[in-house]
Amino acid sequence: MRLAILAVSCFFLLVLSPASAFSQELEASEGLLPHLLPPESVRAADTPNDRGGSITLNWDISPDDSEIDSYEVLRSATADGEYSVVGTVSKGTIRFIDTGVSDRESYFYRVRAVAGDRYAESGPIDGVRSSSQWFNRNRLNMLIALILFSGFVLWFIYNAKIGKELFIRKISGLDAVEDAIGRATEMGRSVLYIPGIMDMDNIQTIASMIILGRVAKKTAEYDVTLHVPVSKSLVMTTAQEVVKESYSAVGRPDAYNADNIHYLTDDQFGYAAGVDGIMIREKPATVFFLGAFYAESLILAETGHSVGAIQIAGTAMPAQLPFFVAACDYTLIGEELFAASAYLSKEPLLMGSLKGQDWGKAIFMFFIGAGVILETMGITFLAKYLVTR
Amino acid sequence: MIMKRQIPLIITFLAGLAMILGYFIPHEPFGGLQQMLNTWYMVVAAFAMILGVGNLIKLHTIKIRKRKQGFGYSFVLLAGLAAMGLFGIVRGIEPGTAFYWMWWNMHVPMSSTMFSLLAFFVASASYRAFRARNIEAALLLIAGILVMIGRVPIGDMVWSGFPAIANWIMNVPNTAGQRAILIGISLGVVSTSLRLLLGIERTYLAGD
Repeated sequence: MRLAILAVSCFFLLVLSPASAFSQELEASEGLLPHLLPPESVRAADTPNDRGGSITLNWDISPDDSEIDSYEVLRSATADGEYSVVGTVSKGTIRFIDTGVSDRESYFYRVRAVAGDRYAESGPIDGVRSSSQWFNRNRLNMLIALILFSGFVLWFIYNAKIGKELFIRKISGLDAVEDAIGRATEMGRSVLYIPGIMDMDNIQTIASMIILGRVAKKTAEYDVTLHVPVSKSLVMTTAQEVVKESYSAVGRPDAYNADNIHYLTDDQFGYAAGVDGIMIREKPATVFFLGAFYAESLILAETGHSVGAIQIAGTAMPAQLPFFVAACDYTLIGEELFAASAYLSKEPLLMGSLKGQDWGKAIFMFFIGAGVILETMGITFLAKYLVTR
Repeated sequence: MIMKRQIPLIITFLAGLAMILGYFIPHEPFGGLQQMLNTWYMVVAAFAMILGVGNLIKLHTIKIRKRKQGFGYSFVLLAGLAAMGLFGIVRGIEPGTAFYWMWWNMHVPMSSTMFSLLAFFVASASYRAFRARNIEAALLLIAGILVMIGRVPIGDMVWSGFPAIANWIMNVPNTAGQRAILIGISLGVVSTSLRLLLGIERTYLAGD
């Protein structure tokens, strides 16, 4: 009898004592939390291809996933230390990235399935350390493409340098630039140049500034007023320098007027209103829209059309291209904007880079064709390899 | 000349190279370079704002002084600039302040007015673009009509196939065309960047 009482007492002590390890085991599985199972196969590893400071945890959902509210990720600096919650994800989730860790320090994890005030924890994951990598292997395909494409460009630049003649297809919009400026000369009106609404950190604005230099040379030669209202201060200072240098390059520094390149406003529609006003008042003979444009593109182009200006537009914003095509006389579509400088200058080195660009396009077309055929045949390795992450 | 050409070229090359390395190498110091250079750019752009506002004040002051045509509008512009600036700096921009009131009751309606003009310009531009003068324009007209009919409720009421045709035009030929343009743009961007990094394109610096 005494033995029986002792056995029952021991049982209750072991099961109900919160300090007991046995009790904790039962908490994790069934004891106080009946019918709730923890997530399975919890793994933790350093997040690959990153700057460090991050550990990725993966797990298989709990068999009770449909009944739980969320998963909590707990972290500790030691295996048997105090675990604290570092993140909560919704049920059905099988991944969590812990970005609150320091490199070269070990961390231990548990993942807990939570349903109301009930929970079930996985066992601890052995110490994991984060580290930063020296190469992002996910971008190997990009590196190969970059080397290949740069190789083409450099090869054709070299060919141009040694005097090989390069054929570049005709771009009507760029051929019309000189005629358009000539028209302004004959009509005695100004040329209006709109470099888009983005700042100098946008490659389209940079391309626009390069073309502005070519256009400014022509306006200086033909003695036509060039008006450049801009929407960004940095674009204003760049445009002033570019136009000033172009006027000096053709021996007309006296014709340069810094006030013709001026700031209007950073506001998109305020800028559109300002440019529309300039068009209505000055009635320019020629308008260039070259750069990055958004919803204001058609407002500007239609106003330019209404004052009878010949309009040459160019942008790499696909959504705005239809508007320019509808409202302008000539439109440089996407890549033609970036080709404009080389095309207008006819400099062999710049032309070489255009040729390299065309060969790059041919390679892309080959891979697209090959990808389509392979995917149709159910072979997916090429498409998977070409995906950038 | 060295200060004007060579040093900017070296800075362009090094900054571009650092950005390329930062794309492929996540390890410090390369990994954080892009973010750092972007922050630098924002600081420079914020200070450059002073140049823009200064230019605006200068030009409109000259216009008023010389009594040029429409100089009255320059008064309005300078008054608006001063009022928004002063109220914003002195009283803040939170809800309930004068700046906030002017922003929502003057600036936003005026911007919306300009934006709403787009509806009329779309109509006038479409009228010109959709005239069936040749085969391409006729195809554009037919595609445009099908998409328009397919995207309005009455199209579905007339024939349930219209929305499917509209979706097919948008998802297949339209997407294919847009992707082709985007590939060309991407190559153009890389090519232009190479020309700038290698110093082949120097127009932005000091002519040729």
